[in-house]
Amino acid sequence: MSRLSVAKTYKLFIAGAFSRTESGRSLKIDAPDGPVHLCRASRKDLRNAVEAARKAQPSWADANAFLRSQIFYRLAEMMEGKRDELIASIRCESEPPSRDEACREVEASIDRVVHYAGWCDKYPQVVGCANPVSGPYHNFTIPEPVGVVALVCPDARPLLGLVSLLAPAICTGNAVVTLASERNGVPACVLAEAAATSDLPAGVLNILTGLHEELLPHLAPHREVGAITALNPTPQYTRTLREGVAENLKRVTIFDADPMSPDAQGPEWISATVDHKTLWHPSAT
Amino acid sequence: MTAPTVDRVMADQRAASFRTRSIKTTTKRTLLRLALAMVDLTTLEGKDSPGKVRALCAKAVRPMPDDQRVLGERLPPVAAVCVYPTLVPVAREAIDRLQDDLPRERRVRVASVATGFPSGQYPLDVRLRDVREAVAAGADEIDMVINRGAFLAGHSDEVGDEIRRVVDACGEAHLKVILETGELETYDNIRQASDLAISCIREGDFIKTSTGKVSPAATMGVTLVMLESIRDAHLRDSRVIGMKPAGGIRDAKTALHYLVMVGETLGRSWLTPARFRFGASSLVNDLLRQIVRQEVGVYPASYDFAEA
Repeated sequence: MSRLSVAKTYKLFIAGAFSRTESGRSLKIDAPDGPVHLCRASRKDLRNAVEAARKAQPSWADANAFLRSQIFYRLAEMMEGKRDELIASIRCESEPPSRDEACREVEASIDRVVHYAGWCDKYPQVVGCANPVSGPYHNFTIPEPVGVVALVCPDARPLLGLVSLLAPAICTGNAVVTLASERNGVPACVLAEAAATSDLPAGVLNILTGLHEELLPHLAPHREVGAITALNPTPQYTRTLREGVAENLKRVTIFDADPMSPDAQGPEWISATVDHKTLWHPSAT
Repeated sequence: MTAPTVDRVMADQRAASFRTRSIKTTTKRTLLRLALAMVDLTTLEGKDSPGKVRALCAKAVRPMPDDQRVLGERLPPVAAVCVYPTLVPVAREAIDRLQDDLPRERRVRVASVATGFPSGQYPLDVRLRDVREAVAAGADEIDMVINRGAFLAGHSDEVGDEIRRVVDACGEAHLKVILETGELETYDNIRQASDLAISCIREGDFIKTSTGKVSPAATMGVTLVMLESIRDAHLRDSRVIGMKPAGGIRDAKTALHYLVMVGETLGRSWLTPARFRFGASSLVNDLLRQIVRQEVGVYPASYDFAEA
């Protein structure tokens, strides 16, 4: 007698918990191995995710940089352990990439997490500076996380695109709300499982699957969100984002890059989600 | 004195059922503003200073200073500020200064906790003096704690006598009797204490769940038991007693659930600040967030509103 396998129902990842969408709606992907169902997140899920990120952010930013980098390494370890599942998840599309192609994407994603693990405790030294001023003062400029960051992931490279936005945002102490790839949200859900077992505090990473068209008009003007980064969005989504932030002038950074290229990482990506604070300190002379 | 027994499972189930009502658009709009007008804006900390109390009073009188610009309407003030007895003169002075254009009975009310809040473990004459001094300093309302030790020891008469003595000490001031339900252990005790308190106080006085210093504070189940006690007193001899859940009500959604519960248990006539209050502080900002979200369409940030 053949065994009936247990199919996975993918859920949202909010405040460290895998919860169903409040709306009860779902999205269906017609993958070659059979249909896959995902949550279609609503405006209220988005609201809850932002609240969770807001709550988690201060203690994540207070954690010392070395600890954050260790947690990044741990995340890379967990992704390595989920390698086969990640590869299969990338291929959950109606026209899936080859297994080799998916494998390269997963490897590049893990490498990218390790890349930013290194940046966690080096970024402030590289970007921060001591400014020459006239007068008996030390003058420092140091980068600080903006707080809650929203990420808008591209359709192509659903895992690597996500990691390329996610890692630079949280390595400095931001908490993020992620709109996963619209075409294939499954890799984001699998990544959430890796994140949940990597000591990343609950709420630092929140992942929503759903239609960007529905969520962006509420996300962009949300005043609790401090910055938005998007990778290769459509012109229409770029427009929605720019219109939404017009009222409160939060920072939107649109990256136009091939995630597989080594240019799609580095300190410029981190700079999109930090603010610079300059301090004057009397010098002891 | 015999109070009916309470089936805890059924009471909790009934209380949970009020969470399933769908409240949208106009109803939500009205109820959010009503909830705002029902808040007893509270600060009860050892570190309370005159400055903190003055800031609280400003928030109470004008919960959102830029409401005209953002919403195009003036939001109602909250029902009362609730402070420790030593800070009553500060609150009185601040409210009178901020609302000198209104007659005193229409101003935000000044409530003071008294009778050795929060434990009540002091000699009776000390507790009564506490009440008299708060009233003399200008308190419109007194929030007293009952003697839980005596109640749990079975000395209901003693508890009742003490409440009556406090009623006398209050004079014109309204009284709210805090049962501290988190310490009464069972719903039966809560029902009995509610009936006892209601039999001792005057019309227009309140019974109140908690001090906010004990967990669990206000829950919907506990509040339902107390509301039913008020309802039975009203059906029996047409007396009107108010209700104040306090502690743990932080978001607008929960506040709306409470209003549904009050409306469906006691009727619409109880949906007024004269008969129902929320003891809360952070609730106000969440109500404001929901009001702004509903009118403007954008989710405001938590730092868009002043701390209370």
